[in-house]
Amino acid sequence: MYITDNYDVVVIGAGHAGVEAALAAARLGGRTLLATLSLDNIALMPCNPSVGGPAKGHLVREIDALGGQMGLTADEACIQMRLLNTGKGYAVHALRAQADKPFYHTLMKQVVENQENLDVKQLMIDRLLVENGAVVGVEAETGEVFEAKCVILATGTYLRGRIVYGQVNYESGPNGLRSANKLSSSLLEHGVELMRFKTGTPARIDARSLDYSRMEAQYGDEQVRNFSFMSTITERKQIPCWLTYTNADTHKIIRDNLHLSGMFNGMIEGVGPRYCPSIEAKIVRFADKERHQLFVEPEGLRTNEMYVQGMSSSLPAHVQLQFMQTIPGLENCRMMRAGYAIDYDCLDPLQLQRTLEHKAISGLFSAGQANGTSGYEEAAAQGLLAGVNAMQKIRSKEPLILSRSEGYLGVLIDDLVTKGTNEPYRMMTSRAEYRLLLRQDNADLRLTEKGRAVGLVNDVRYEAFTAKRSLLERTLQNLSSTHLPPNAEVLAKLAELGTAPIRSGMSLLDLLRRSEMTYEKLQQAFEVPELPEVVAEQVEIFAKYEGYINKQKQEVEKALKLENKKIPADIDYLSIKELSSEAAEKLAKVKPASIGQASRISGVSPADVSVLMIALEVMRRKEYES
Amino acid sequence: MAKKHTVSETNETISAVITALGEGAVGIIRISGTEAAAIGDKLFRSASGKKLTEHTPHLLVYGHVVDEENSKIDEVLAVYMQGPHSYTAEDVVEIQSHGSLQSLKTILGLTYKMGARPAEPGEFTKRAFLNGRIDLIQAEAVMDIIKSRSEASLKMAVRQQDGQLSKKIKGLRRNLLDIVVNLEAVIDYPEEDIEEITFNTVSEGMEKVKQELEYLLKHAHTGKILREGLQTVIVGRPNVGKSSLLNALLSEERAIVSEYAGTTRDVIEEQLLLGSVPLVLVDTAGIRQTEDYVEKIGVARSKERLDKAELAVVVLDGSQPLNEEDEEILNAVAGKPCVIIVNKGDRPQVNDLTALQKRFGKDRVLLLSAKTGGGLEQFTAWLQSYVYGSEHAISGGAYVQNTRHENLLREALLSVEEAIRAAASMLPYDCLVIDLHKAIDAMGLITGDTLQDEIINEIFSKFCVGK
Repeated sequence: MYITDNYDVVVIGAGHAGVEAALAAARLGGRTLLATLSLDNIALMPCNPSVGGPAKGHLVREIDALGGQMGLTADEACIQMRLLNTGKGYAVHALRAQADKPFYHTLMKQVVENQENLDVKQLMIDRLLVENGAVVGVEAETGEVFEAKCVILATGTYLRGRIVYGQVNYESGPNGLRSANKLSSSLLEHGVELMRFKTGTPARIDARSLDYSRMEAQYGDEQVRNFSFMSTITERKQIPCWLTYTNADTHKIIRDNLHLSGMFNGMIEGVGPRYCPSIEAKIVRFADKERHQLFVEPEGLRTNEMYVQGMSSSLPAHVQLQFMQTIPGLENCRMMRAGYAIDYDCLDPLQLQRTLEHKAISGLFSAGQANGTSGYEEAAAQGLLAGVNAMQKIRSKEPLILSRSEGYLGVLIDDLVTKGTNEPYRMMTSRAEYRLLLRQDNADLRLTEKGRAVGLVNDVRYEAFTAKRSLLERTLQNLSSTHLPPNAEVLAKLAELGTAPIRSGMSLLDLLRRSEMTYEKLQQAFEVPELPEVVAEQVEIFAKYEGYINKQKQEVEKALKLENKKIPADIDYLSIKELSSEAAEKLAKVKPASIGQASRISGVSPADVSVLMIALEVMRRKEYES
Repeated sequence: MAKKHTVSETNETISAVITALGEGAVGIIRISGTEAAAIGDKLFRSASGKKLTEHTPHLLVYGHVVDEENSKIDEVLAVYMQGPHSYTAEDVVEIQSHGSLQSLKTILGLTYKMGARPAEPGEFTKRAFLNGRIDLIQAEAVMDIIKSRSEASLKMAVRQQDGQLSKKIKGLRRNLLDIVVNLEAVIDYPEEDIEEITFNTVSEGMEKVKQELEYLLKHAHTGKILREGLQTVIVGRPNVGKSSLLNALLSEERAIVSEYAGTTRDVIEEQLLLGSVPLVLVDTAGIRQTEDYVEKIGVARSKERLDKAELAVVVLDGSQPLNEEDEEILNAVAGKPCVIIVNKGDRPQVNDLTALQKRFGKDRVLLLSAKTGGGLEQFTAWLQSYVYGSEHAISGGAYVQNTRHENLLREALLSVEEAIRAAASMLPYDCLVIDLHKAIDAMGLITGDTLQDEIINEIFSKFCVGK
């Protein structure tokens, strides 16, 4: 054993979680080591070549608002951007980018390599070193020891990773990378509880072998948008994706070969995600569906690899090729990589606090797939939070904890540490009860101040943000205090705008509330200042959604009372005999921080919550008396 | 002394009658919570015209309770106790009324309308404890109450599983959930091959749920009974003893009763309190019309009355075999809220009671003698449980029988109405689902279902989505 170096924070894994974690820690001034199995695969996208979508795009915006990296890099590496759900309301508008995968990796590699305070090393970490219930460092397979005050596990699907193609299986991380086998045992030795999850990816096919006339092109939006509030990109090359469908022939081949699928022959032990079913799972579960759609998506500008979205499979490679060739446009496709299933170890997130620190091992944090989630965006968001909180702990500062009403990141972490998960957890907008407040357009208004408080938001970003915020406030103030009189001139203008006349005075803000009105129309008719597009949009949303936003705010207020009732960490639930035994066990495991969190645990009834409150009061008084 | 502080779960204001229910005694209604003072000021008018809270706290003030239209409901004494100097250590208003059930229920109903919610058993005491008012020894008693209550309601929930009402509400909730799941699926999977639910389907679905909720609430028993009495008809062919029963119920010989049919004529409507159930006996004149009238109007008229009634009391003569006319009446009430009184129980019985019980439910066929009063107590007990709920409660039609349920359904209805308005003004999905979620949540509190992960589970089971 040789002590090579001494760090504040060691991050194990340089995927999307690890990169954000390491950048956050280093940017907060921590001496940080980012350890990866392969320097050639930093921020690798081992599955789909896209970033964002409903809830996920929201997360990217939140990462950016807090001072993270994903949004900036995705904007730069983007080869197609679309705003989804435009007809369904502002709260669910979602940006989704097709990314140039190799370029994304290259850009991110540059960012981490050039980050001050950050060392990036190719290392296989075998052991976690713990003394007296606290992390002290890690040991690499080379025998080198790196001391650390905090360690962040961002191990992705590498922990005892095993790949399955049909009946073939072998130990491996994604894309044939090495799996990390010894670290799992080391975690188990320290009492960390592990689960086994499964995920999968479809085949990649050669762009030259496709018949594009048989598929429908899907282009990006003409309007250029960006994830990051700081990106200034206004022009971008947009590469199309291609839409096509399976048919009865495809389904027959899959059905005839089901016995060869790892998912169905019992070879895969991990629990797979329902939202990401393999094509064989789709065909079995939705047997009456005549066709399934798939998108053929470019993996980058300088590669011929095309990702076949919707066709994830663990069937043998030759069967995959056979069924793909039944699909219009893919009749002569050549497969460059076969799809595969992978199962891996991850932590049961119920062991974590809301800071993402392990409850029993001080200084051990974890993020991303290691916590049972799925998706680049979910991983990056947790990574950022874990990196920040590791540094907050080291600096003895207040941790960054987001509530369910402050961000998707708050919902994500609260769900994980309160309810746990029995499949890889994917963020969805329907998981957020305060969805109207958690829009992608206002992520900066929700979070940038918090990012600034911990020190992750730099001066440039903060100044841009405060300028935008005060312009917004001024404009709203202006619009609500400017009243239109119902005179002939105003009435003529309203008629010209195609909106109903007014009978008495009306503020411009109230006029803007009308569904047919926009800020642009106000500008046409009345003396209102020119605004940057993002600010004008905020103004419109505020005017039109105010009623519903207030409705949700009231609910937040109501819930907040329960969130503010803290529960001491040392409470002995099993001694409260009036609790149902299920509730007592669950509470003892989750160790909720507040009555509000306790009430979200499944198996804890409203009566249990009442009992708990009384028990807390009894304890408080006994303490007071003694 | 323990430090004073307020730790109630929420600051919701609660109210309840805190004295035992019964005619004659003075009844006290307690309102506790942040809104208590405001509610007290709204519903109480003192003789001097001053607001309740303008009087010295802790002093009884004479005045009247008034309803929203400012009409006097009852003459009362009221007292305002500012927190923490009250039983619960919150702001408390107590109203002492004459104690007639009708009056207490009306006042209680007013407090609900003005923003209070019904207090749960033990809740005043629970708040008192949480707010530092009562000692540790009592704390365990409070926890026991909560525990036993949750066990009791669990049992109730199990019992209600097969109940018509529960089924009905589950069905309505399901309808809304289907709409929401469809909307959520297209929101979270915008590019998937999901057949998008049409605007018309959404609107029609919500409209249907709205109507059904309105129907349930219109026929909601408890609340309406508390306000207006249970609209009850007594039906039966001539000379089975309807008048005798009526008289027995009224406990006074107000009508002339003879062995001959058609010898009674008197009032049109009687109000009486049976146990703690206010009854309004509708169209008792019909009972007392001449034989000719009964023959002329006959069963057709009975049927019409049945449709309007919330409870039909069918009277049969147990000393005579059932005839065609009896059968017609029994057929007419089948499936409706009813109770079968086999009268003349003091005489030898010639009918097969078990057959009737099989047909109408065991607890709904009662042997009674209007003449001796035998069986009246059982009838009263049945009525109590029918209205206020017990294990016998929901074996008949889908009726809302409990104030909490009624309030929750009202909440659900309001939310559905808002959602309908949102849809009508073309507001997007993200707004629409907010009200639908609220409605589903409210109904779930009745059926014991929680929304939590339900929507997501549904999306994955109904739609084939994912990469």
